[in-house]
Amino acid sequence: MALLLTAGAASAEKISFEYWYGLTGDLGKVVAETCTRFNASQDLYEAVCVGQDGYEKAVQNAIAAFRAQKHPTLLQSFDAGTADLMLSGEFYPVTKLMADTGVTIDWADYFPGIANYYSSKSGEFFSMPWNSSTPVYYFNKDHFAKAGLTEPPITWEGLEAAMVALKASGQACALAYAPSSWIDLEQFSMVHNVPVASNNNGYDGLDSELLFNTTLHVKHMENIQRWITEGTALLRTQGTGKTARDSFVEGECSVFFSSIADHNTIHKLTPAFGWDVQIIPTYEGSQRTNSVVGGASLWVLSGKTDDEYKAAAAYLAFLATKPEQQFLLENSGYIPVTKSTYDALLAEGFYAKEPFINRDIAMKSLTWTEPTELTRGIRLGSFIQIRAEWLAEVEAALAGQKTMQEALDTAVARGNDQLKRFAQTYQGKSFP
Amino acid sequence: MRRACFKFSWVAAALLVPQLLIIFVFFYWPSAQALYWAFTLEQPWGGGNTWVGLDNFRAILTDPYYWGSVRVSVIYALATTALAMGMALTLAVFVDRQLAGYRSWRVAIIWPYAVAAPAVGLAFQFVFNPGAGIFSYINAVAPGWWDLSRNALQAVVAIIVAGAWKQVAYSFVFFLAALQSIPRSLIEAAAMDGARPLRRMFDLQMPLLTPTFFFLLVINITDSFTDSFGIVDTLTGGGPYRATDLMVYRIYSEGFKGMNYSGAAAQSVILMLLVMALTFVQFRYVERRVHYT
Repeated sequence: MALLLTAGAASAEKISFEYWYGLTGDLGKVVAETCTRFNASQDLYEAVCVGQDGYEKAVQNAIAAFRAQKHPTLLQSFDAGTADLMLSGEFYPVTKLMADTGVTIDWADYFPGIANYYSSKSGEFFSMPWNSSTPVYYFNKDHFAKAGLTEPPITWEGLEAAMVALKASGQACALAYAPSSWIDLEQFSMVHNVPVASNNNGYDGLDSELLFNTTLHVKHMENIQRWITEGTALLRTQGTGKTARDSFVEGECSVFFSSIADHNTIHKLTPAFGWDVQIIPTYEGSQRTNSVVGGASLWVLSGKTDDEYKAAAAYLAFLATKPEQQFLLENSGYIPVTKSTYDALLAEGFYAKEPFINRDIAMKSLTWTEPTELTRGIRLGSFIQIRAEWLAEVEAALAGQKTMQEALDTAVARGNDQLKRFAQTYQGKSFP
Repeated sequence: MRRACFKFSWVAAALLVPQLLIIFVFFYWPSAQALYWAFTLEQPWGGGNTWVGLDNFRAILTDPYYWGSVRVSVIYALATTALAMGMALTLAVFVDRQLAGYRSWRVAIIWPYAVAAPAVGLAFQFVFNPGAGIFSYINAVAPGWWDLSRNALQAVVAIIVAGAWKQVAYSFVFFLAALQSIPRSLIEAAAMDGARPLRRMFDLQMPLLTPTFFFLLVINITDSFTDSFGIVDTLTGGGPYRATDLMVYRIYSEGFKGMNYSGAAAQSVILMLLVMALTFVQFRYVERRVHYT
């Protein structure tokens, strides 16, 4: 009891704020560790960090808590879940927070692909970029060498030829495929500079309509379906009993697509073969553009005290420093978010050492071009639902229930209904 | 018929208050809220809502996938109930006949009732996993035959089996209690008249079990409509391509994952009406054949 009292007294001197995060497992531990490091680094503020068992749950719980006015100051949220938050206006844009609390952040130092994604039309940051990633493909170097392949291709035509060569060299499965709206639809559309939805992917108004059943995306999904039918690719999801990553790590399939964040995980799983990563391919004849960030960012919610905001601002500024970014990179597969940190790491030879070699290929993909009107990102309401519609329809097509075109048409029609309902819910509002 | 009446008593009222309060806070209040939301478009982060009348219901009832969900929910409810009650009755009859070691069997059969639905789902994931589970032996003989990620029928069978397994224990307890309350002398008399065990079961025990049977029917059907969430979530996630998207799972995924609070509220209202209608039908038509004596 006495111990509790002294602990209470000690923390009462500090200004504490609550932070809810979605990352779990090893990555959740990294988040908790940043809080410990922050609390040890100074004696004014205390971060109380609570894991919420997944991004989706973090957002759900924060909403429930917000309605009861018991919400945290800081929330780690994934991109697809933030459209509602943006329109509700119940957040404190970090640019404004830093200005109000007198914390200096060099906003121009953030990579444009990341900055655009998390900021308003006027360039004000909504939320603080932190754990950022982008998709790549992982390939088995030994399998590639056996098939006489020297370079990992960066076109889909090249990758298809490589898959045929892998099959010819006796490899039973060239590609472990798991449908992912994030990779196959969203990032695919970004690097090809084709729209996912009208209104520049939703940035210019709530009356947007999905367009992905009319773009190159259709041909791409038909190709994937053909590869599965021909047996060059195998469907590898939780439902089939083995995930694409497990299949790759066991050496069953030679290639799989995932976030660069998996780079660290695969390294830890120590596959019994040489492997490397490559940027996601584009089709020949199209001009490659930048991919966009995935992962999550940190939102400051409204309705808290000035003291709590000061504490949260200090924590966010702490996370943005080079040593803290480096701490995250060393303990996960994520990428640096500021140019200065990336340059400093390059100069120190950070990316020349295992296990970080070639991990910065993600930076190449993210910064391939300056973001265009179509590659800033996607700003659509009900996006979690739209992803679910896409997935269910693609699954149906892959199971032979309908053609891929029919599946994507249905996904678009149903997604458009969701968008209409979303626009109706927030009548008269627009994305800031 | 004379109705029994009790005088109003403050003590009785005071004893009832806590229970009524709990029901109010955890049932009537949220239900009223859901009913209101069902006619509006509610913004998840607060900030108001728009009255849309019956739009939410119209959107749901014109959605072919929603009817698919209703269909699979009804199939699931009927199949798990039949399977669970059939298994429970068989097991109860065996235990009632006091076969060797029946005391330990009795305890063992009651245990699964204490297992939470998600845990059941997880356990059956190991059973049904096409790559590593018991069912992977089938795939070793016929590669690719058992595949929950593509075969809708198999996925539905999988959740039915898991759901039924979870419900067996509950029904078993009631069946066994009912069987044991049948006077031994009746059974013995029948046996002396030359009725063999099967005949005794169909002509003597089963008719005497009808009240229990009816009670379990109502409970099991209601339960399989409302308590299937954990199994679906861990076993199939509603897939493949919505084949196991039961009504209650759909409410969760649209409301909480998709933040469509109003659509989910409207679906909850429909589900509640459906369960009430089914219960009404059971009381109206099935109960007639039940003899309580």
